[in-house]
Amino acid sequence: MTSLMLSLPNGANWLGPFCSPVNSWTGLLLRRPIDMESRAAIRRGEASLLELRSYLFCRQCTLLIFLGRPWEVTQRALELMHSCVQELCLLEVPVVEGALDCWVFMSCLEVLHRIEGCCDLAQLEANRSHTVGLWAYATDKLKSLGYLCGLVSENGPQSEELNRTVDLLAGLGDEKPETVHSLQSPYKKLKQALSSVEAFERHYLELCHAAEEMYRAIGRMRSAWLVGKSLAEFYLRKGDPGRAEVFLQDALRSYLSEGWSLLVTHTRKQMAECQKRMGRTEDYLQTSVLLASDANLTIEERKHFCQEILIFANRSTDIKAPSACYPSTVQKVAISMNAFAQLMQVQFRPSTAVVHSGAALQVELHLRSLMPVAVHLEQLAVSVHFSLKQGGTDGKARETQSRPGTVLFPLGNSSVIPPSWAVAGPSLVEVQDHSPSDPRILSSAGVVCNNTHLVMRHNDSGPSTDMPSRVSPVHVAVDNGVQMLKTRDVTLLPGNNSIAFSAPSQEPGTYKLCQLCATVGHIQLVLPHISPLVQYDVYSQDPLLSVEPLTDTLLAGLPQRAKVRLETGHYTVKKGDALQLSNIDTMPILTAPSSCFSAAILDSTEELVGQCLLSIHSSEKVTRISLPPTPSHHVLEFQLEMLCVIPLGCDPPEDLGLNEGARHRLRRSSHPNEPMAIITQRMSVDCPWSIYTTPIFLTFHIPFKARHQLLSAGKRKYIQVCLQNVSGVNFRLTDLRLTETQQGPSLKLQSLNAKTQQLVCSQQSVYCVWDVGWKEDKPACLQCVFSANFAPASEKDPAFHPFNYEFQLERVMTLYTMRAEILPAAGEQHCRSGVLCGLEMSITRLVVPDDDEGKADEEGQTEEFPTTNTKLMYKVTDSSGSWAVCGRSSGLVSMPADANANHRVQVELMPLFSGHLPFPNVNVFQYLPNSASSGQPLTNSCVENNALPLPVLLDDQVDAASVPRLGSVRRTATGEQRSGGLHMPRLEPFRPGQVFNHSQGRQVLVLPSVDQHVLEMNAT
Amino acid sequence: MAVCIAVIAKENYPLYIRSVPTQNELKFHYTVHTSLDVVEEKISAVGKAMADQRELYLGLLYPTEDYKVYGYVTNSKVKFVIVVDSSNTSLRDNEIRSMFRKLHNSFTDVMCNPFYNPGDTIQSKAFDGMVSAMMVQAS
Repeated sequence: MTSLMLSLPNGANWLGPFCSPVNSWTGLLLRRPIDMESRAAIRRGEASLLELRSYLFCRQCTLLIFLGRPWEVTQRALELMHSCVQELCLLEVPVVEGALDCWVFMSCLEVLHRIEGCCDLAQLEANRSHTVGLWAYATDKLKSLGYLCGLVSENGPQSEELNRTVDLLAGLGDEKPETVHSLQSPYKKLKQALSSVEAFERHYLELCHAAEEMYRAIGRMRSAWLVGKSLAEFYLRKGDPGRAEVFLQDALRSYLSEGWSLLVTHTRKQMAECQKRMGRTEDYLQTSVLLASDANLTIEERKHFCQEILIFANRSTDIKAPSACYPSTVQKVAISMNAFAQLMQVQFRPSTAVVHSGAALQVELHLRSLMPVAVHLEQLAVSVHFSLKQGGTDGKARETQSRPGTVLFPLGNSSVIPPSWAVAGPSLVEVQDHSPSDPRILSSAGVVCNNTHLVMRHNDSGPSTDMPSRVSPVHVAVDNGVQMLKTRDVTLLPGNNSIAFSAPSQEPGTYKLCQLCATVGHIQLVLPHISPLVQYDVYSQDPLLSVEPLTDTLLAGLPQRAKVRLETGHYTVKKGDALQLSNIDTMPILTAPSSCFSAAILDSTEELVGQCLLSIHSSEKVTRISLPPTPSHHVLEFQLEMLCVIPLGCDPPEDLGLNEGARHRLRRSSHPNEPMAIITQRMSVDCPWSIYTTPIFLTFHIPFKARHQLLSAGKRKYIQVCLQNVSGVNFRLTDLRLTETQQGPSLKLQSLNAKTQQLVCSQQSVYCVWDVGWKEDKPACLQCVFSANFAPASEKDPAFHPFNYEFQLERVMTLYTMRAEILPAAGEQHCRSGVLCGLEMSITRLVVPDDDEGKADEEGQTEEFPTTNTKLMYKVTDSSGSWAVCGRSSGLVSMPADANANHRVQVELMPLFSGHLPFPNVNVFQYLPNSASSGQPLTNSCVENNALPLPVLLDDQVDAASVPRLGSVRRTATGEQRSGGLHMPRLEPFRPGQVFNHSQGRQVLVLPSVDQHVLEMNAT
Repeated sequence: MAVCIAVIAKENYPLYIRSVPTQNELKFHYTVHTSLDVVEEKISAVGKAMADQRELYLGLLYPTEDYKVYGYVTNSKVKFVIVVDSSNTSLRDNEIRSMFRKLHNSFTDVMCNPFYNPGDTIQSKAFDGMVSAMMVQAS
C-alpha cells in the first residue's frame, strides 16, 4: 500500500478519504473473526486509513491463526504498525500528538493477547524472539506517551500536559464490548496508565521488566541493556539516581568490554549526573576525570568536567561549609590517575640506572596529560620501595645486571580497543615430568597457562580499571617511612610533559618505583602500580686497589711498568693517607728513594678530573706512597716500575736422553711456541681504609728458556747451552759466559761463540758451545752457571739485565768407546740384501774403574763387589726396520778392569733392503747383578734369555722420544727392588757421554740380492 | 541511500561507523550495537553444519519505526551493518545486496593494505569515500 501511495501521482482520488484527520485511535481488535462495523464503514467509504488497515490485518490474523502460523502474525503486526506510522506521515494526515502512540501501544498489546490466547505457555516461551519485538515496541510507545503527558517527572503533569491527556483519552472512544469484562484489556491498561503518575509507573515498569527479561532469556543482551538504559533515564527523571545508576553500570560495563566508545561516553555522562546528584564525590570526580579526557566529547564539555574537578579541589580547601554536591571532607580524595594522565616513559640519568651511594640520579617521567586545560599540580610524588639487595653491595654487582635506562609504557587502556581484546591469547607451555629413576618413563604431562589471570578473567564481572563506579579504594602509600620522589608546583599542560626528579640514593640497595601520586588541592590522582617494573640500584663500593700491567705480559728480569688503580668507592682519601707496600727482595720497586710522579684522578665515568703529584718514600722494609686527597667514588691512577728477579736454575735438568741431538730437534718441532715459565709475586699493601693487608698478585713471565747438553767426541767434551726466547719481544744478547761455581777452578772452558752482540728474535733460540778441558783432576761433577746480559732489541740505549742459568753435569767422563763394523759374508766384497752378514762390536775401556768415577758409577751397591770385572750388556736394535737381527741380539760382556781392555762381540744380521743402510743401534748398559745372590755365578744363558723380567726396557724400542719413560721405569724398578726385596739383576743405562759410539751415524752399502726381482718386473 | 554504515570487528567493537551528519550519531550507535544481537542470532541459527555455505548477506535484521537495519557477515566474522531510512521504500533487496558487496570489496582492499593492522579502526580515505558515495545517493 505504501508503494502504491508513492508510485501514484500526488492527489490520487482514492486517497482522498484517507487524508482526513484521524479522530479515533482505537487499537486493533482481533477478538472477532470479522469486524462487521469496519467492514460496513469501508463499504460506505467512510473508513480512515487506520480503520482500513486494521480491518485488513484483522482478517489476515484470523486466517494465519487458522493456518497455525501465529508467529507470522507478530511479524506482520510490526510491519503493519511501522508502515502505518510511515504512511500517515507521508500523507501528512493531521494526527493529534501521541495518538499514534496510543494506537500502536494498544495494537501491540492486542496482538500479544491474541497470540497468548491461542498458544500454550511452553510455545510462548520458545518463541519469545517473535513476540519480544512487540513488547519492546509497546514499552517504547508507553514511554513516549508518558513523557508527552508529563507523567515522568518529579513534579507530576502540568495543565497543558493534562489537556493533552484528556484529548488522547477522548480519541480512544468507548471500550469495545468484547473487552469490557476483561480486567487486563489494552484499553483499560492505557487508560489507567495515562490517568495517574503512579499507575503509569507501575505499568511502565511492568512492561520494561517483561521486555528486558525476555531479551535476556533469548540472549539479546545488548537489547536488554538498551531497555535498561531507558529505565535508567526514567528513574533519573523521576529523581531516583540510585536505581538509575545500577542500570547504567550494567550497560556501561558491556559497552566498555565491547569497545563502543561513543556509547561509553554517553552512558558515562548520565552516570556523572547520577553520581553528582547522589553526592558520591569520589565516583563523580573519577567519572569527571574520565569524561574530561574523553575525545568523543566537545572541548567545551571536556573543559566543563575538568572545571568540575578543579572547583572541587579548590573549594574543599577554601570553604569548609558543606555543599549539596561536594560534602566537605578533610581527607583527601584519591582517584585513579589512568584517565587523567598516562605515564609514557621513565628515563634514568645515567641510563644504567645504577649509581653508587650518594651519587646524583635523575629520573624523568614523561606524562601525557589527557586534560583539555593545563592543570596545576601542587605536588607530584612517586613513592619508592626500598629493599636491601641480596648478595654483595659492592661494585662488582653492577656488571651483573643491566637495565635499559628508559622504560616505555605500553598504551594499554585507550578507550578505542577494549582491554579484554588487547590481552593476548593464553600463552601455553608444555610440561613433561619424567620419572626420577628412569628418564624414559613419563610420569605426567600437562599444559600450563602462564597468564591465567588475564585469560580467565570474566568479561562481565571482572574489575576494570576504567570502571568509575566501582572505584576500588585507591590505596595511597603513606607519606612517612616510605621514600618519595617529589616535585612541587608542576603544571601539566595538555599533551606530553616531562618532569624530572632527583632520586634518593643514600642507602645501597634496590629502589622500586611503586606509585605515582599527583595532588591537586584535595584530590589525589593515584597510579597505584607502575608496571612494567621500574627500579634503580644504588650500590656501595668498597675501595678497590688493583695493579694492571701496561703490556700484555709482565716480563721478569726487565723493569716493567704497571698501572696502580685505586677506586675509592665510599672512602674519601684524605691528606696524609698513604699506601704501604712491603718490599720483596725478588721484586724491588724501581724508584728513587724519595721522588714524585704524577697521578691522574678520574671520576666515576672515567673522565679525567685532575692530575697531581705523588710522593714516594722507600725505606728498607716498606715503600710508602702518599696519596693525594681524592673524593669518594673516584679513581686514582698512577704507574709503578718494578723488576722481578729471575731465579737461578729455574729449569729442571732434562738430560736423561741418550741421543741428544735428535731429541732436541724433535722437541723443537713439536713445540714451536713453548709457554713461558711463570713467577707469581705477592705484593702486600697496607691501605688506609682497612686494617687488613691487601694482597696483590702479579704474574711475571720469564722471557728465556735455557737448556744444556753435554756433547762428546771421543774423550773430548763440549757443553752446549741453548737459550730460547719464549717471549714476544726481540732481545739483544751480550756477554755470553759459562763459569764454574766450584771452588778452585778445575776446568778450562774455551768459548767457541761469537763475541759480538747477538739478536734473539721472538720464539728463536741461540746456541752456545764451550770446549771443556780439565787441568789435572777429573771432576765427578761439573757445576756451571751460564750467564748472559739481555736488553730489548727495540731500545736505543739499551740497559742490559742479567740472565743466569745454573746447571750441573755428572759423570762426564767417557768410560768406554764402542766401535761397530759390518762385515760382509765370507767371500763377498759388499753386503747383499737377504744375505747374512756380521756385525762386529768392539768395546774398549778407557778409564780404570777403581778411580772415583768407577765407584760413582756403581752407586754403592757395587762397592762390595770386587771391581775387577765390570759386566756390560749390549743390545742391538734396529729402529729403521732395515735389518733383521739373527740369533742373539743382546748379551753380557765382562770387561776386565784394565785400561784399554777390549772386548769383541759378533752378531749376525741380515739386511732387508739394498742401498746405503744406517748401522743398527748398539746400546750398552751397565749390568748390576743382585746383591743377595752376589756369590752365584752368572751364566750367560740365564741372562740372555729375553723372557727375563729385566728386559722390560730392553724390549722397549730405545728411542729418543721414550727417554723420560725409560727413566721412570728405571726408578720404579729400583723402588720395587728396595721395598719388596726382589732379587733381580737390573740394568743401569749410562749417562750420555759415558759411552762414546764411534759408529754413530755410519752407513754401509748393501747391494741388491741376485736379480730375481728384475725378472719378475719384466714378467709383469 | 543509507543513513548509517558500520563495520564491526569479529569481537564486536566498531572498526568503522559513520552516519548521516544531520542526525543524531549516538542513536545510530545504539541501533547498530543492538542489531548485533540479531546478527549473532542469525549466525548461530544457520548452524554449524551449514556454516560454509552460509550466505554472507543476512537480510533485514529488524525494522524500527524509522529505520531498516540490514546485516552482512564476512567469512572472517566481520559484520557490516547498513541502516536505511524507512521512508525510502524504493530500495529493493538487490540494491542493499550490491551495497554490501561494494562495501565488502572496499573492506578487502583496506585489509590488503600492508600498513593496516588488522583490528585497528579503519581510517582509509578510499573506504571513507566509498561509504560517503553510498550515503550521498540517499539525498
